[in-house]
Amino acid sequence: MTAPATPLHQPRLEATWMQRNRMTVTPILFLLPGLLFFLVYVISPIFQSFNISLYRWDGLGEARFIGLDNYRELATDRNFEISLWNNLRWLVLYLLAIPLGLFIALFLNQTVTGIRLYKSLFFFPFVLSQVVVGLVFSWFYLPREGLLNAALQFFGLGTVNILGNPDLATYGIIAAGLWPQTAYCMILYLTGLNAVDPEQVEAGRLDGAKGWKMLWYVILPQLKPATFIAFVVTIIGALRSFDLISIMTNGGPFGSTRVLSFYMFEQALGEYGFRMGYGSAIAVVLFGIMLVFIAYFLWQMWRDERAARHG
Amino acid sequence: MRSIFKTGAAALAVTTIIAGSAFAQDLSGTLRIISDMSDPAPRAVMEGLAAEFDEMHPNLTVNLTVVDREAWKTQIRNALSANPPDVVNWYAANRMAPFVNAGLFMDITEWWDAGDFAGLESVRGALTQNDRVWGVPYTYYQWGVYYREDIFNELGLSEPETWEQELANCQIIIDSGRHCYAIGSRFLWPAGGWFDYLNMRTNGFDFHMALARGEVPWTDDRVRATFANWRQLIDMGGFIPDHQTYDWQEALPLMINGEATAYLMGNFAVDLMRSGGLTDDQLDFYQFPMINPEVTAMGEDAPTDTFHVAAGAQNVEAARAFLQFVTSAEVQTRINGPEGLGQLPVNANASVADDEFIQQGFEMLSQNATGGIAQFFDRDWPAEMASVGMEGLQEFMVFPDRLDDILDRLEAARQRVY
Repeated sequence: MTAPATPLHQPRLEATWMQRNRMTVTPILFLLPGLLFFLVYVISPIFQSFNISLYRWDGLGEARFIGLDNYRELATDRNFEISLWNNLRWLVLYLLAIPLGLFIALFLNQTVTGIRLYKSLFFFPFVLSQVVVGLVFSWFYLPREGLLNAALQFFGLGTVNILGNPDLATYGIIAAGLWPQTAYCMILYLTGLNAVDPEQVEAGRLDGAKGWKMLWYVILPQLKPATFIAFVVTIIGALRSFDLISIMTNGGPFGSTRVLSFYMFEQALGEYGFRMGYGSAIAVVLFGIMLVFIAYFLWQMWRDERAARHG
Repeated sequence: MRSIFKTGAAALAVTTIIAGSAFAQDLSGTLRIISDMSDPAPRAVMEGLAAEFDEMHPNLTVNLTVVDREAWKTQIRNALSANPPDVVNWYAANRMAPFVNAGLFMDITEWWDAGDFAGLESVRGALTQNDRVWGVPYTYYQWGVYYREDIFNELGLSEPETWEQELANCQIIIDSGRHCYAIGSRFLWPAGGWFDYLNMRTNGFDFHMALARGEVPWTDDRVRATFANWRQLIDMGGFIPDHQTYDWQEALPLMINGEATAYLMGNFAVDLMRSGGLTDDQLDFYQFPMINPEVTAMGEDAPTDTFHVAAGAQNVEAARAFLQFVTSAEVQTRINGPEGLGQLPVNANASVADDEFIQQGFEMLSQNATGGIAQFFDRDWPAEMASVGMEGLQEFMVFPDRLDDILDRLEAARQRVY
């Protein structure tokens, strides 16, 4: 007990503690800034949202505790229901980007002169800002001047105002979103195809596999990591569809293209939105939906990692 | 908490009144202004005002920040709550309510009572909430029907004064292969203008304001009567198709190229109509016609833009002097002139610019708006009701058959909001 008091031993004792724990302390120190920021800017707002969703608050004055009333209102709010369905449409239809991307990648995975140019042209839409994509597509869809209607009329079909029709507008925006997203999936698959083992393809060919069978049984299993990443980014992209909606329809006509993130913004922070509590309640629901996917992703990654370690 | 804050602000205001007599000369420190006058002409006006005020007071530095007008509608919350400036731009009537209720605007009733703002008595009401006054106006503009005079002449039409004449005119216009009205309802508020006028003409100004205050259910038969009148125009094809896809500027070319003959808009549209190539010979203005012969006192929309002092202002004396400066008759004449905003001055002693449309608007508002002056749908109604409401109005213009459903929804919103 008295040993630390001896001045001769003290520096050596400290050094040994550091030495003994270096393997634990160093990573913690390196992680600390990141963890701190993650805690302050990601984790704590989540709990703040949970908390605010129990209040009626205009974001300026005093907040009044109202329990679960915001959630009760959500259950009867038709706009919320529309947004939820639209979110679902986005999630399902956005996944089309994966097969589309795969087929473009397969198509481009050959050695022809100038293939790099073709590849970069196909990848081009992903480099564009979402705002630009939204603008270009809203011009494309314009009821009088748009290219789409010019084409339809050329073939003797009537005109259609896609973004002005509450039943079509959401699909119109998803189509616009698919353009860059397909390019993204394509590039993921192109890199994946580079890693496909030529010997296995050769072996498959000897066994008489070709066409669809070759794709399904030999190529696709080897592309599994690329498919997983494509799935992850597409789901995330579908849930972040905010900017396209804001640019192309601003949630309209009469609220038919809103998704949860847009509705949340409108209610809490938009021009006429002074309902922080209600907006937070929407955020909590959105968080719940995302949690399902996040949990799946984490579980999948954990399983892969374990398989890699044991394999 | 709030009441302490308010008394604090009031006490501060009282001290400035005591020190008030000499304050024009020895202003010092910094005056921080955040303005939303971001369009080219208003921006030049605001920058000119700030520079001039800075020059008038050698010891005072005026620090002006101009924020994009649309962005300011959401940024003002942060700006007022953390490190607030001294003076900010905003809008009159119910649009002030969230900030008044949160105690973020300074109560400047004493300044009004002390006679700071001579000549502004008639507009005091638009800045009053809970019996206190929360700011000063600096400009306003009329709404009304801007129409193609040349097409009216070609078809032998004259400015309608009654609803029957209006409908008859519209029928002739449609028969000539045009639409009566251009409108772009993508950002919803232009539909709010139509409702304002139809409702004020059908049921009168007082009913309109009672509806805005939430005292009348949306399912009331009188409200239905308004929509029935609206529907007459919709069903005959009076409005341009696909208006839900356009914003109001995008619908303008239709009027400029003659596919639509008129536009119910605020006076700010004249500038774009002129730069779009319409001359004053081709363009004219009339007051929205009477609908219900029993409603003879016309109500008008004339939105007012305002200056407010933030409750947390540091340099209250300078802010007070600045408000006096912008509302003075001389400055009002200048900034609202054709070189400036091209709108109506708020000071009764200021002179109105020599412009066909500003003059007509001034005449209409001062002589033929005896019903009363409304601000606008999204300023008279509480924010939440306005957003739900305008969405319903747009939906009605596209699918008039859904009226019952829309009114039920608005009524549900009314019961929740008020």
